[in-house]
Amino acid sequence: MTRTLFEKIWTSRLVKRLDDGRDLLFVDRHVLQETTCATAFEGLARRGIPVRHPELHVATQDHILSTDPARTETTFPPGRELLGLMRRNAAAHGIPLFGVEDRRQGIVHVISPELGLALPGCILACGDSHTSTVGGLGALGIGVGTSEVEHILATQTLALRRPKTMRIWFDGALAPGVSAKDLILHTIGKLGIDAGTGHAIEYAGPAIRALAAEARLTVCNLSIELGARLGVIAPDDVTFAYLDGRDYAPRGAQWDAAVRHWRTLATDDGAAFDKSATIDAREVAPQITWGTTQQDVVGVDGAVPDPGAYSDTGRRGLAAAAIGYMGLAPGQKMEGLPIDVAFIGSCTNGRLSDLKAAAELVRGRRVADGVRALVVPGSTEVKRQAEALGLDRVFADAGFQWRAAGCSMCLSINGDVVAPGQRCIATSNRNFEGRQGPRARTHLASPAMVAAAAIAGRIVDVRKVMA
Amino acid sequence: MTPMASVTGAAAPILKTNVNTDIIIPGSYLRSQSADLAQGLFAAWRFDDSGNEKPDFVLNQAPFRQAKIVLAGNNFGCGSSREAAVWALQRFGIRVVLAPSFADIFYENAFRNGVLPGIVAADAIAEMAEIAATNPEFTVDLDRKLVLHGNRSWAFDVPESRRAALMRGDDEIGMTLAMANEIADFHARDVAGRDWAYAPMGRAPRG
Repeated sequence: MTRTLFEKIWTSRLVKRLDDGRDLLFVDRHVLQETTCATAFEGLARRGIPVRHPELHVATQDHILSTDPARTETTFPPGRELLGLMRRNAAAHGIPLFGVEDRRQGIVHVISPELGLALPGCILACGDSHTSTVGGLGALGIGVGTSEVEHILATQTLALRRPKTMRIWFDGALAPGVSAKDLILHTIGKLGIDAGTGHAIEYAGPAIRALAAEARLTVCNLSIELGARLGVIAPDDVTFAYLDGRDYAPRGAQWDAAVRHWRTLATDDGAAFDKSATIDAREVAPQITWGTTQQDVVGVDGAVPDPGAYSDTGRRGLAAAAIGYMGLAPGQKMEGLPIDVAFIGSCTNGRLSDLKAAAELVRGRRVADGVRALVVPGSTEVKRQAEALGLDRVFADAGFQWRAAGCSMCLSINGDVVAPGQRCIATSNRNFEGRQGPRARTHLASPAMVAAAAIAGRIVDVRKVMA
Repeated sequence: MTPMASVTGAAAPILKTNVNTDIIIPGSYLRSQSADLAQGLFAAWRFDDSGNEKPDFVLNQAPFRQAKIVLAGNNFGCGSSREAAVWALQRFGIRVVLAPSFADIFYENAFRNGVLPGIVAADAIAEMAEIAATNPEFTVDLDRKLVLHGNRSWAFDVPESRRAALMRGDDEIGMTLAMANEIADFHARDVAGRDWAYAPMGRAPRG
């Protein structure tokens, strides 16, 4: 009986099959953030029931927290209510809170791997759609809504329809100047934002094996932008080296037992997937989005498409509307497009390797006049490590703002907003209408591309700057 | 949850493909437990920068101000997992969304709030939208899995178990709590066989 990696983990976490065809799964770890759990705690209070397994939960504060370096819980006044509720609910239920004053604070999907909370073969759930990030370590990261957060708090389980399986195979190797972010954006451009709907994706092949652990997290982070329920990469020595010694990773004999089990977590030869696709990593250029979904993407040497060129009339209308919203013209070259804001951070690209890649482009240069440039580390620990390497100075000397850790300008609910009509190049994950602020225009790209654009004041091909 | 049998009301066509949850409820409405989510529903499409209604958006037009049904395009509710997207529809008065396909998390969130995400072929959605423009009142009959308008009817698809749960107004958490013993047994076996996964998560960090 050959099985996929996904099936091995899913069935090992199966409490029972429900009469309605769904599976009741045990949730190994649940991570909470302030904007999606207050109503869930209200629900528990209404029922008069406790959190079933508080020892399997942690909480952080990330979405609505000010990124002012001198911040407190009350620096951004509209955030006080939910941040306070998170703190009080965590305390009332015995859930550890890695909050604003804690060195473990950070974006949920950055701290879960960083602290070793996310482990191969485990299910990690969180009330946030980018929970699939932890698939980069071989965990099943399941993003859920608030009712499901309440369900997990109450029962430590999730009732889910088992997704179909999809494998995306990545041949070849990435060229210099091209990153994991470019690889996954290119994939979404090729396959479309609903290619993975109803599926769990496994990313495999030589180009994935060659990625460092943090780059794998970036790939899996964007699974939801393919419509997928989750995305996962088989754990290997790269994964184990990354996890060894982390705060919450097992140790000693438990570590050895864990690694023995983790080595079995690979798709068997000949196991069938419901759907598959192949991407050639060699043909990936640095990517830049031009529209208002992640499939609206081209290589940086490309141009805004002509909507008339789409055979599908629906896609034609969407493209025309997106081009209008973005203030662009069909056929316009992406290179040379002036920008107002540059944002480096988020659960997609807020890790140390991302900041290092950006700093390489920034070192000894200056942010262009009139450009507002921000670096927001994904966690307080990333910030600390970056400062130990002097990266904060590299960015600050160039004219970037060096901020405190949080979600910041990815969803812009904490006061870090792009002004109406302004054009922002961002390392985050969503270029939707209004996402970074009303009428804000967002272009998604890699950390190196965003850094290069901040310096030039316009979109540039990072490969030319590096040369 | 309130049991649901049938819903009769105006059906508002919002037919764009890939309507994401940031469009359904902008992030600025996620900052407070007391945010006016009904006001925030499709805010960027309903209101201009000064907060004035945009007259050409369907929900600002007379019969659709009281819409109970949304006719939608492919992949409705993609993007963020925010359940506030469903809450905003619900508080506005929407009980049913009909679309050819839904994003996974939105689909789950809808059922858990007693909002029906019914799957209808794209050509049927187009027919209904055309009729709705002049004669917007439709009935969604959950018992027969039909959308009714005068002497016309269209089938919609919903998993049988989900349909029954909506009609009964099931309490999912209550039902799972009734399986507490089975969950506890699983947990006990798992702790014994997989102790590496149960290092306490709240202990003081090293170093």
